Amino acid sequence: MRAPFRTTAMDSIFGVPVQALFGQLLIGLINGSFYALLSLGLAVIFGLLNIINFTHGAQYMMGAFVAYLLASKAGLGYWWSLALVPLVVGFTGVVIERLMLSKLYRLDHLYGLLLTFGLALIIQGLFRNEYGTSGLPYAMPAELAGGRNLGFMFLPNYRAWVIVASLGVCIGTWFVIEKTKLGSYLRAATENPALVQAFGINVPRMITLTYGFGVALAAFAGVMAAPIYQVSPQMGADLIIVVFAVVVIGGMGSIMGSIVTGFALGLIEGLTKVFYPEASNTVIFIIMAIVLMFKPAGLFGSQK
Amino acid sequence: MAEAMNAPYTSLLATRGLNAWYGESHILHGVDFEVHGGEVVTLLGRNGAGKTTTLKSVMGMVEKRSGSVQFQGAEMIGLPSNRIARLGIAVCPEERGIFSSLDVEENLLLPPQVAAGGLGLAQVYELFPNLKERLRSQGTKLSGGEQQMLAIGRILRTGARMLLLDEPTEGLAPVIVQQIGRTIARLKAEGFTILLVEQNFRFAATIADRHYVMENGRVVDMIPNAQLDANMHKLHEYLGV
Repeated sequence: MRAPFRTTAMDSIFGVPVQALFGQLLIGLINGSFYALLSLGLAVIFGLLNIINFTHGAQYMMGAFVAYLLASKAGLGYWWSLALVPLVVGFTGVVIERLMLSKLYRLDHLYGLLLTFGLALIIQGLFRNEYGTSGLPYAMPAELAGGRNLGFMFLPNYRAWVIVASLGVCIGTWFVIEKTKLGSYLRAATENPALVQAFGINVPRMITLTYGFGVALAAFAGVMAAPIYQVSPQMGADLIIVVFAVVVIGGMGSIMGSIVTGFALGLIEGLTKVFYPEASNTVIFIIMAIVLMFKPAGLFGSQK
Repeated sequence: MAEAMNAPYTSLLATRGLNAWYGESHILHGVDFEVHGGEVVTLLGRNGAGKTTTLKSVMGMVEKRSGSVQFQGAEMIGLPSNRIARLGIAVCPEERGIFSSLDVEENLLLPPQVAAGGLGLAQVYELFPNLKERLRSQGTKLSGGEQQMLAIGRILRTGARMLLLDEPTEGLAPVIVQQIGRTIARLKAEGFTILLVEQNFRFAATIADRHYVMENGRVVDMIPNAQLDANMHKLHEYLGV
């Protein structure tokens, strides 16, 4: 007696095995988590500083490297790094803002872009010089090793954690900016910094801390990425091009836009890998081109 | 007739030789005026005379300024605007400065308290009942008159007793202008000191103690309100009306 064919509804969707589909969706969500965290930081910085922070990818890489150094030199593990690295790298952001960026606000945006781009090249060059181009390993925290079988797919614990933590940080940031008093200062200063300062708020300090926070978000993403991707000087440069496309699609400066677009484009990328792998590296840029044609300010952006 | 000059006022705000620049443009060329505690004083003058720039210079909102601006005897020329605000001065800008990404309540609560003794929310709503019904609206969705009420209401909460109002009646319906006028009169009665930029001197005449006339970035005349009628021909010449 022959077993009947059982490759329909349960095992495949549109002819694609369920395992592969959910596997790619998971990878899409993971990538989307990083897109969202990084584009959120860019959006926060652009909103208040009007500067496109090209150093963002390098600061993400610094996050991963500082975590690696804390582990190899000081024996501090993943959880310590998750707490300390954003502070350390965020502080370097504060110094950059005070010493350099703050001199550029009266000039054309282009100067901020050139400065941050130059800084990115310098930072990446220094790390490449010191650590070479081959990736360094970073151990996954023992608590999150292994995974669970969800029946339709295998879900590694660490990847689940990345998605949850990234969502939590994104939503927390959105909440602070949109729903709290501090956030109302930030939104108001984005519109009219001179008037907010004339009400008695120290806007220059707020700008410095905002840049520090945006950089800290990049560093946080870097720590989260360390156990998944290899720690290498080039890791930020590879990612940041896609993240800029995400920011353009979502709309410059839009908080919710950057979060939603980040996760959505990660998923779309994952789906493209399943259904038309040839386009998976370009699909985000194709979407960017289409969005720019019909909504030049981005899906969630408002014309400035 | 010299009553207004000799009244027992103390000089609360005074500028001496105030100069101000926007980029390369030299806008104010030595502005001198003073405001005594409890007074309502207007700056009159044609468009471009430097009235708004004078307010902004007092508040520290211009790129570059020199000379002297004293408040309660303390020099403020070197202070950034956030420090000036903390001394108890609040500004209501010409374009009203309502934030579109904030709702009405957030706009109202935005300016931090700089001193005790500001109006409570209930008192602000009593002055401007319209605001209370629109708390959840986007700030810029309000009518022009309501936005003006919001722009004034939010600085009354802060405890600042010196108010700089830039053309609060500009472009508003007569009934709203009257309401703003009554509000300013009431604030004066409660001891607020107000420096008012106005184009509409007929409105200014109903509420002010004294008028400074500005031309080309300088103060060229001071007319006590009581002598306004006698100086009407001069004023018409200054303002070109």
